Amino acid sequence: MATFLAKRLAMMLVTMVAASFLVFAVCEFTPGSVARKSLGPFATQEQVDLLTQKLKADDPLLVRYGRWAGVLLGIIPDPLQDPSTGLNFTDPRGARYFGNFGYSTLNKLPVNDVIWDRLGNTAILGGLAFLLIVPLSIIFGVLSGLKEGGILDRSLSVVSITFTSIPEFASGVFLVTLFVILWPLLPGTSPLDTGSGWSIPSQLVLPVAVLVIYDFGYVARMIRVSMIGVMEKPYIRTAVLKGMSTRQVVLGHALRNAMIAPFTVLLLQINFLISGVVVTELVFAYPGFGRLLLDASLFGDIATIEAATLITVAIAVTTQFIGDLGYMLLDPRIRLR
Amino acid sequence: MSVLTEQSGTEARAASAKIIKRRQWTRILRSRTAMIGLFIVTFWVLAALLAPILPLYSPTEQDVMAMADPTPSATHWLGTDILGRDQLSRLIFGARTVLMVAPLSVAVAMIVGITMGMLAGYYGGWIDAVISRFSDVILAFPVLVLYVILIANIGPSIINIVIATTIASAPGIGRITRGLVLGLKHQEYIAAARLRGESTLFIMLVELLPNCRSMLIVDACLRIGYTIITIGILGFLGLGLPPPNPDWGGMVKESTTVLNVWPLMSLVPSFAIVSLVLGFNLLADGLREAWKP
Amino acid sequence: MTAAPIAPLLEVRDLRIEYRGKMETIVAVPKLSFSVRPGESYGLVGESGCGKSTTAMAIMRYLGSTGVIAGGSIRLEGRELVGATQRQLRAIRGRRIAMVYQDPMGALNPVKTIGAQLNEVPMLHLGSTRAEATEMAAAMLKDVRLPDAGDMLKRYPHQLSGGQQQRVVIAMALLGRPSLLLLDEPTTGLDVTVEAAVIDLIAELRRRYRTSLLFISHNLGLIAESCDRVGIMYSGEMVEEAPTRNLFGKPRHPYTQGLIDCIPDIASGKHTRTLAAIPGHIPLPGERPPGCLFGPRCRDFRAGICDSLPEIPLTAAGKDHLVRCGRWREIDRARTTLPLQMSGAVSPAGTIEISDVGKLYHIGHRRTVTANEGVTFAAGRAEIVALVGESGCGKSTLARIVTGLDRATSGEIRMAGENIAELAASQRPRHMLQSIQMIFQNPDSTLNPSHSAGFSIRRSLKKFGLRKGRDAVEQRMRELLEMVRLSPDFAARKPDQLSGGQKQRIAIARAFAIDPSLIVADEPVSALDVSVQAAVVTLLLDIQASRHTTMLFISHDLALVRHVADKVVVMYLGRIMEKGTVDEIFGDTTHPYTEALISAIRSTNPDETSRTRIMLTGETPSPVNVPPGCRFASRCHRKLGAICDTVPPPVQLVSDTHEIACHIPIEDLQVPAKIVSPAPKVREPS
Repeated sequence: MATFLAKRLAMMLVTMVAASFLVFAVCEFTPGSVARKSLGPFATQEQVDLLTQKLKADDPLLVRYGRWAGVLLGIIPDPLQDPSTGLNFTDPRGARYFGNFGYSTLNKLPVNDVIWDRLGNTAILGGLAFLLIVPLSIIFGVLSGLKEGGILDRSLSVVSITFTSIPEFASGVFLVTLFVILWPLLPGTSPLDTGSGWSIPSQLVLPVAVLVIYDFGYVARMIRVSMIGVMEKPYIRTAVLKGMSTRQVVLGHALRNAMIAPFTVLLLQINFLISGVVVTELVFAYPGFGRLLLDASLFGDIATIEAATLITVAIAVTTQFIGDLGYMLLDPRIRLR
Repeated sequence: MSVLTEQSGTEARAASAKIIKRRQWTRILRSRTAMIGLFIVTFWVLAALLAPILPLYSPTEQDVMAMADPTPSATHWLGTDILGRDQLSRLIFGARTVLMVAPLSVAVAMIVGITMGMLAGYYGGWIDAVISRFSDVILAFPVLVLYVILIANIGPSIINIVIATTIASAPGIGRITRGLVLGLKHQEYIAAARLRGESTLFIMLVELLPNCRSMLIVDACLRIGYTIITIGILGFLGLGLPPPNPDWGGMVKESTTVLNVWPLMSLVPSFAIVSLVLGFNLLADGLREAWKP
Repeated sequence: MTAAPIAPLLEVRDLRIEYRGKMETIVAVPKLSFSVRPGESYGLVGESGCGKSTTAMAIMRYLGSTGVIAGGSIRLEGRELVGATQRQLRAIRGRRIAMVYQDPMGALNPVKTIGAQLNEVPMLHLGSTRAEATEMAAAMLKDVRLPDAGDMLKRYPHQLSGGQQQRVVIAMALLGRPSLLLLDEPTTGLDVTVEAAVIDLIAELRRRYRTSLLFISHNLGLIAESCDRVGIMYSGEMVEEAPTRNLFGKPRHPYTQGLIDCIPDIASGKHTRTLAAIPGHIPLPGERPPGCLFGPRCRDFRAGICDSLPEIPLTAAGKDHLVRCGRWREIDRARTTLPLQMSGAVSPAGTIEISDVGKLYHIGHRRTVTANEGVTFAAGRAEIVALVGESGCGKSTLARIVTGLDRATSGEIRMAGENIAELAASQRPRHMLQSIQMIFQNPDSTLNPSHSAGFSIRRSLKKFGLRKGRDAVEQRMRELLEMVRLSPDFAARKPDQLSGGQKQRIAIARAFAIDPSLIVADEPVSALDVSVQAAVVTLLLDIQASRHTTMLFISHDLALVRHVADKVVVMYLGRIMEKGTVDEIFGDTTHPYTEALISAIRSTNPDETSRTRIMLTGETPSPVNVPPGCRFASRCHRKLGAICDTVPPPVQLVSDTHEIACHIPIEDLQVPAKIVSPAPKVREPS
């Protein structure tokens, strides 16, 4: 067990390193870009070249990556924050500390001042959506899987296929039209401040609804498929022919087997809810993590992009790990030889 | 044991086989879901193909008169956008782009992904380990993040979207293929092929691939639907094909500025996207039901 | 039906079972009647598609969404089951009638402990608390001869062997103290020696708990020795029913007789007997002929009598003996079977020589699976050498090494002067591939479902350049199909349009297509029905004899081996225990393991002296980290002592051709009493 954990943790680290390196390579491929982005579009080429030299940004890619990793781990101070560059990038925490993601050229603030708040906002949004998706999809998935072809099953299929065909911006537009313009019940934007007179919870309703609509159908169908598969298994027949009622069979025998595969699927939704919600955030002007990444990508705020990507990958890898762990706990065939 | 006795029995068997089991392609006809999906998709494909000869406004021509009231009218059946360009023709011409890029991207992703999965599944060992690790890294990126980063850095163009889709989708396809191959490679007809001295390429392409066909086709349909959504999202985020190309996602984005006044302007392209994706999803679902053994 | 003096425990009358799909309705069972008396063991026998499993499911009222009981009645202890409510059924299932399934691994829930699954029965039906239920479960585990009950209760199904799982299923069924136990092919898939132990256990439990049994199987020998009365089913109908002795001693129905004649017996081989196959095939539900369903295949069919009536009724043919045949009185039962034409003597010159072949797998660290070790034997031209053993003995691995699907880790295999032991198929030269071909076990996966049946044969012909040009290839294809007695249009059919027997024939045609000198047949008929087995085996022997092909015949079925082989090699856990000619192996002096295997063979011949079965204790040990000494020592019923555990047994030569690896001296290995009866007598017409 311990060796398994150690191996998995090592794999996770490798994946994170590889992923962050890939992003690094894509973003910083051209050496002048760092300096250019830091100085802004109005700086002259000489200034850019000077800064590039100062930052040693024409070193090979691997070295630069190593430097970035070194800054992150708190081994090296961030070269961009060196006062001699004249850039005026200051971080109240100092230039060298563990977790130094660097300086955001877009926001003119240290990355750490920007990223964690936004991540928290998205976590609220995603968390609420997750809390709704889990019970809804389990209930509908199990019930429709019990009676394949029944009315509930067919309605679920129709609803689910339709909902997964609606991209978030479309459902956002539709819901806004309905609940903001036609019947003004809810706010049309969710900037998370009460200045406009709408309470914070009311600002969360529509964005969460959009997320749930898009995701719930897919997860419910996964659970349905798993349930159908389980109900056809011979051990269900054994349970029924022992004289157990349907309720006893489902609760005592079917459910646990049916939830093994969807467990990972449910966990993967967390990834989507943290990183894939940029569209919803854009539609509702929600100050979240996805928008941060989008703005940074469009602007070229490399430090933020790399930081956000690392966090995203870390979350993804962690959920994968928890999924594997859960798999082991749920299925004794994997746990015991 | 006479030949004739065997034959007469099998005639009956073949006849009932014909009644009970239809060939793969005709089974589709029995699935209502697949038929509806196919209908929707065909509708859009025809619209896209016939666009140049249909009596439509140019998608880029601005009708200044209509800008005051872009709601649907006799001259503009679906209204116009904020710049006065006819929505209907922008929809249909936009369909051309979408229906060219999405299937193309998925096709390329399929080729790459199937190759990866075949190699990983059939050979196993270190090849499998390398390919699977590599896939894991890419799959660790939430899809949208991947797209955003790629397109933001290499710029939006059709080729780049194809590349981005391939990078994002191929590992998933590879995983499905790998799973299928792992299940099939121990079948006895594969062993029989090896005992004939068939080359590995032959075994992969002729013996294994045809048996993966149905699952991969269903997956392809789903992926096309998903790619259309992604193209729409990219357009919505401003990372779509540059104007004045009619881009459904871009159309939605432009019209959200006036959402509280003319909501229909956003709803029209939204509905177009939803209908096309729905078509592919229904087709995929119907095919999956029809081809279940 | 003859009126029974005692009320029957289970009474099935005029049962009609239909499957109602969206397109059509299939009548699986048109009209079935039989009954099981209290305390008796009733066997329901038939081949696949005869409706016996469907009947079992109907009795349990578990036919699925499309299955419907469209008529008739099923009474258990006087209570009508057809039309009973779910609540009533729940009270009966597990309590008055319980079931034992074919696949014990699948029948147990993989995520629940054995104890939890066992406890459910008394807690549900007897109102026990969990503690009481656990006690009862532990006691029952002891009754089914599973050691260490306390530990077993905490384990999960996948940690048990097949035999242990089946015992758990049996325990679970008996915990409710049912009056009737329904067994649906309970030992199919278990090793021969494990099967023997389970059958013996069932018999003992039946006596102890006084449970009646409804025993469903396709294995006639098993039924013959386990049941009091037997009913033979054909295409959904009961065609004969009688007490066991009478049925097998004096069968009245041609189908029964045909089935009995299909089965190989351990007293005769291919030189004295041909397995009599039944021509044709079982009619599908939609193609049942009028009158006698067996008519089209019956040798004694007479138009007018056998096909005119809407149905042939069951008539009494003796005390308690029913038969559904219009001509049973007249049919002449004496059958003449022709022995095979053996063309020429078998050449002793080695076609293939296997010397000291070993195969090791390393899994994890310090864990080695020994699939084969020290395997040595030879086969000459036109010889059939049978490899016999149970699961884990390494026979399939050896087959794969010989053909090149796997590579040996040590040893030599010499064929035509070359050593191929460590050459994989892709490394072998073409003439080598051409000289060794294989027939596989599973007809459903032997042909690629995406291609026509003839596809692989054509590929073979082209790859080995045996025929050039499309016409020549097609001509050869026709010849090959004729050789396996299929009409030429079979080449174009897809595998899902063929029956199991037909697919296996195509596989035989494919193997012989390129004229190999050696064919490895890995359980070629195990997955086929009894009558189809006989046909395919006879075909295979015919072709092999006429082409003088050497054959390595792998099987777990010793009676079949007796019929087919010239020489036999008995393997256990990767090593050879004994090898010799077929007469020697089935003769007086044998290895203890061979003795146990032979004693487990069941026969339908009621005149056979009731044999003492040798029960082997324990389970087959795992091939991981094998013990030193004799591999069979842990289960041997004639173990000498510590020497068997520590010292590898010496190979003793009983004759030039007969070797036994055992510590027991040869004189002591002579079987004391004849456990095999002499050749079958000619049956008298009656």
